[in-house]
Amino acid sequence: MWPVTKCNWRFVVSGAGGGGNDVQWCFSQVKGAIDDDVAEADIISTVEFNHSGELLATGDKGGRVVIFQQETENKSQSQFRSEYNVYSTFQSHEPEFDYLKSLEIEEKINKIRWLPQKNAAQFLLSTNDKTIKLWKISERDKRPEGYNLKEEDGRYRDAATITTLRVPVFRPMDLMVEASPRRVFANAHTYHINSISVNSDNETYLSADDLRINLWHLEITDRSFNIVDIKPANMEELTEVITAAEFHPHQCNTFVYSSSKGTIRLCDMRASALCDKHSKLFEEPEDPSNRSFFSEIISSISDVKFSHNGRYMMTRDYLSVKIWDLNMENRPVETYQVHEYLRSKLCSLYENDCIFDKFECCWNGNDSVVMTGSYNNFFRMLDRSQRRDVTLEASRESCKPRQVLKPRRVCAGGKRKKDEISVDSLDFNKKILHTAWHPQENIIAVATTNNLYIFQEKVN
Amino acid sequence: MFSKGTKRKFSDGDEEISAESLVGARVASSYSLQRQSLLDMSLIKLQLCHMLVEPNLCRSVLIANTVRQIQEEMTHDGSWHMVTEAFCNPGQSPSERLVATEVLCRSREQDAEPKLFSVISYEGCREEEVVADETLCSVSVSDTVSDVCLAGRMGQCWEKSELSGVERDEEALEDSSLGSGEDEEIDTEDEASTKSPKTTGQVFGTFEIKNGSPGPDSALEELFSDVDTSYYDLDTMLTGMQSAPKMGPYDLLDSLAPSHSSPTIVSTPKCRSDLNELDHIMEIIVGS
Repeated sequence: MWPVTKCNWRFVVSGAGGGGNDVQWCFSQVKGAIDDDVAEADIISTVEFNHSGELLATGDKGGRVVIFQQETENKSQSQFRSEYNVYSTFQSHEPEFDYLKSLEIEEKINKIRWLPQKNAAQFLLSTNDKTIKLWKISERDKRPEGYNLKEEDGRYRDAATITTLRVPVFRPMDLMVEASPRRVFANAHTYHINSISVNSDNETYLSADDLRINLWHLEITDRSFNIVDIKPANMEELTEVITAAEFHPHQCNTFVYSSSKGTIRLCDMRASALCDKHSKLFEEPEDPSNRSFFSEIISSISDVKFSHNGRYMMTRDYLSVKIWDLNMENRPVETYQVHEYLRSKLCSLYENDCIFDKFECCWNGNDSVVMTGSYNNFFRMLDRSQRRDVTLEASRESCKPRQVLKPRRVCAGGKRKKDEISVDSLDFNKKILHTAWHPQENIIAVATTNNLYIFQEKVN
Repeated sequence: MFSKGTKRKFSDGDEEISAESLVGARVASSYSLQRQSLLDMSLIKLQLCHMLVEPNLCRSVLIANTVRQIQEEMTHDGSWHMVTEAFCNPGQSPSERLVATEVLCRSREQDAEPKLFSVISYEGCREEEVVADETLCSVSVSDTVSDVCLAGRMGQCWEKSELSGVERDEEALEDSSLGSGEDEEIDTEDEASTKSPKTTGQVFGTFEIKNGSPGPDSALEELFSDVDTSYYDLDTMLTGMQSAPKMGPYDLLDSLAPSHSSPTIVSTPKCRSDLNELDHIMEIIVGS
């Protein structure tokens, strides 16, 4: 279970008021280049808090990982929230060339997942399309000084001059954060890896590509077990691919995977070695009144996330977020429209490929609010307990310290009210695909194309 | 732009039959037109992602499913049959048509990448391609679409369509808003006119690398930078498909010399890979 060491939501305790919408969100920080000229390599491709929330990792298209650390100094002061500052930066993946297929393998980091902390060092898994790597991030703040046989610069002393025994001692030095690759899990995926998920047993993890899911042991890099394979014998019969997969947060035998047809399959690894038969199939019947040629595309699930308590899972498709009770397969328990005003624009969005954008979603620490991104640098907070929602924007205009974010409204048609933005004015290049929520506090990280925004709850 | 793909029926009117049926007919044909343009768009997308080094499998599958859906509906309507019959254009030479359809039908030599485009596995495959080809040329839903004259007019036409198509698909849209009040679902003017040399280069750079030829081609191109290869690339794409040989790095080298006896039809900027991509590939070659 999640140890809730610090809980700042009023609604949790009192039940009155509170919730995602009574929380006022303020700008805290923005990371990344200020100019509008976006370097391709700087495009953020994944964002993830670690289990304590102290560390925030981002991966980008250039294969780099940047880790931010929450400063602990100001925590005592209620006025100021601690800030996230760069802790470590390293090149996780390099571009590769597959000579056999004459294909370039992108170095873009598709996903980062933190391992629970076991000792002083931090571990994370990062993956590109083909290779997963386990990185160890450790701190060094002491170094040995006073060697008997060596000078300070490393040269060996003349043996004749050594007359006494001197034992080196550790002396403090400036903090150095080192990232080193401990394992490389390669050559197990023919197709592009879209998900990795660490098991609750802290020994294994899964990696999923378009057609297969593999199970790995963190210590073993030369072998992995294939647990799901949906590749048809004849590739021309392929009509469905795997879009996301995740382990259950507590049951180490259970995982789910979502598909491009809008279904989610829950599998139990105890049932058989190859989990091609699902234990549960979650699928909502199609609404016939909304049927169009785009129905299947917009039903494709781009992200699936278990709730922290393990009772629910959330799926994101193009226009909505759905919350499923793991005990009910035939329909979700809650459905939230993210940007329903886009339904009449599906053809244009198909034409410019935006309809294939893969938005992620995330839960807050106590599973009462979910968040997901949209276009025009908008993101949506959907409060489950209050059944309310709000649209906020990550923009340079609201970048004053502790400036409260103003709710945004999109006008679908007809008369546009003041402060509303019309659908046709939305910038579809500014998409928020990746968001993350601190596991315990009301701190969120929202990635625009090449900037990372950190917002915090307004503290009075 | 259409919101829903629901089929609208002829209204068998109690009222004035003629007016109703006229409206109904218009509505139905408008729907067919829209459906057809969606089919065309999908085929272009499929064809383009055929060209990509690493086609996004999910996207390809979704587009292929859409195409299949449209085809099924059209088959039920009987309009499929009608369409294929209607477009026996005598003006089109068979060889030109073949070239075009071959493009659509192109399967990658590397079987590792899935031949999932069930477009090519349909029994009605040939007709479908003909339809797409012909309609792309004749149905002017938008300027861009009609410019995609895959048959015959290679050069400018092809490149223009590719540019706009790929630009749509791959470039971040310069004009990203959904066009206030535009009826056309495709932003033609912007895309056709705001091509920059860099974009062109990127597009053709894309083709070069992704045209089954590995990195060394781009490196070689750098070496032969004074040679105008723009026409050759188009040629490669189309003829390469007919004969379907895998173009290795040395093929490009071999064929560079003779291919440039023909004058370039297109006066477009040189096709160059993106410099970064080029450097990167050089590094791989040199580094390995």
